[in-house]
Amino acid sequence: MSGVSRRALPGFGLGLGYTITYLTLLVLIPLAACLVKAASLGPSEFVAAAWTPRAVAAYKLTFGVSFAAAAVNIVLGLIVAWTLVRYEFPGKRLVDALVDVPLALPTAVAGLVYASLYVPNGWIGQFLTPLGIEAAYSRLGIVLVLVFTGFPFVVRTVQPVLEDLDAETEEAASVLGASRWQTFLRVILPTLIPPALTGFALAFARGLGEYGSVIFITSNKIFETEIAPMLIMVRLEEYSYAEAAAIATVLLGISFVLLAAINYLEYRSKRNVG
Amino acid sequence: MSAESALASGQPTPAAVFQAAPLRRATRDPWYVRWTLIGLTLGIVGLLIGVPLASVFAQATAKGLGVYWNNLIANSDTRHAIFLTMIVAPVAVALNVVFGVAAAWSIARFRFRGRGLLITLIDLPFSVSPVVAGLMFVLIFGMQTELGLWLRDHGYQVIFAPPALVLATAFVTFPFVARELIPVLEAVGPDEELAARSLGASGWQLFWWITVPNIKWGLLYGVILCNARAMGEFGAVYVVSGRIEGQTDTMPLRVQKLWEGSDNPAAFALASVLTMLALVTLLLKVLIEPKVRADTEPAGKNADGE
Repeated sequence: MSGVSRRALPGFGLGLGYTITYLTLLVLIPLAACLVKAASLGPSEFVAAAWTPRAVAAYKLTFGVSFAAAAVNIVLGLIVAWTLVRYEFPGKRLVDALVDVPLALPTAVAGLVYASLYVPNGWIGQFLTPLGIEAAYSRLGIVLVLVFTGFPFVVRTVQPVLEDLDAETEEAASVLGASRWQTFLRVILPTLIPPALTGFALAFARGLGEYGSVIFITSNKIFETEIAPMLIMVRLEEYSYAEAAAIATVLLGISFVLLAAINYLEYRSKRNVG
Repeated sequence: MSAESALASGQPTPAAVFQAAPLRRATRDPWYVRWTLIGLTLGIVGLLIGVPLASVFAQATAKGLGVYWNNLIANSDTRHAIFLTMIVAPVAVALNVVFGVAAAWSIARFRFRGRGLLITLIDLPFSVSPVVAGLMFVLIFGMQTELGLWLRDHGYQVIFAPPALVLATAFVTFPFVARELIPVLEAVGPDEELAARSLGASGWQLFWWITVPNIKWGLLYGVILCNARAMGEFGAVYVVSGRIEGQTDTMPLRVQKLWEGSDNPAAFALASVLTMLALVTLLLKVLIEPKVRADTEPAGKNADGE
């Protein structure tokens, strides 16, 4: 649909004016304030604040656990999306609805309940502790809650693509002599990769910024289980505002690169489907 | 479609039946694959989501319903947290509704320079870490800034007070309503509004009598998602609140404080309220989704050869 003439319908000036004013006040000025504060440090001080060994360890950990959780979610998401689209089983609608729970459940609740489940005497921890697996208050715990918070993304990006997939292509592959497994690997899987990557990037981005669920399940050990948002909190509590802003700027930079990547992936997967 | 072809497609010829059988097998998986994947799916969703949900309610009511109720009602700080969330979230949602409608109207109905950039900027808050979002407001309104001091001297406390909670919450939920409304408004199209205009309707008449009824399901959908996130927001609110007991603790912050104080039954009692809120949100979402989809995929789409 193309837009209408500005004379045909009223409200263009009011609507756009309000939109831009609100966007500027609530989003752009605060973002600028953060960048200005970080810039007030000067290049060498900025590096000294944002690139300390402790900060680098925090970035690495944040990056690593988010990546691991998002990678796990590719596998889980493909299995769940495939099952929900292709098979019929009792309780399917309930399972489909439950997939969205991580998007609606407050992250604090997720952190609280995961921490309590995976402590050594928790519902699940009691089975893991004898195996020598320490899930609560460890990096594994952080990955676990991030798998939870990022779970819906791959499922929800792959599902519609799988639904739109023509049965004819699979039939053609079969008629031409491909086995079911070959058909999956060579015909179906390639079309699922772009949406799965989009879901991965969304889950990854979500993991990088996550705070509420993580602080319940991490032991907050410097260099070991301290994620970048926690370090920002520490600097704030020390009243080191510029240092906090410097670390925040690094995080913002990573987020914006990811946002651009997500937009590109979405554009590509749309082109493939359409 | 002619009557003949309708008849033909309704009654398959023997040849078509013969062909359909092997092709059907070609798109189906063997039973062991099917049952393995269904089992895995139930296991994944059960372990990841089902068990934690059950555990919230089990731990909240572990010492009986009386204690559960007492945990929610008897503590004045917990009561205040519930009250504060019921104030902060609706105000933030209302701000974003006004913005969402204005943004959707200008973006869906008109073409202008920078439109693509504007759409990207609206999504921006989704990619900002909540802690960074909170930090930004501390950097503007904190007591280390001239603005913060000036506001305090004139009797306005922003940071460590409800106004900052509203700002931080509005920031993290900023895109929700606009994102839902833009596609709905685009799909509905401007025809009815143009007709109303040509019949002499004023701008606000047109808005209240034509536009709002057309987008009501999309608007409601956006409000529900926005509200769920607003009530559950933790990171951004954590930073700007100062976590003053009985003053700036919202429900999720209170949950964390109770957990820190090792008062698990009370933490889980409050968490169970938030969980019920999430479940109600999902139920409403499932109910409203078909109506939103009907609005964004008007009947005319199929006739156009889609």
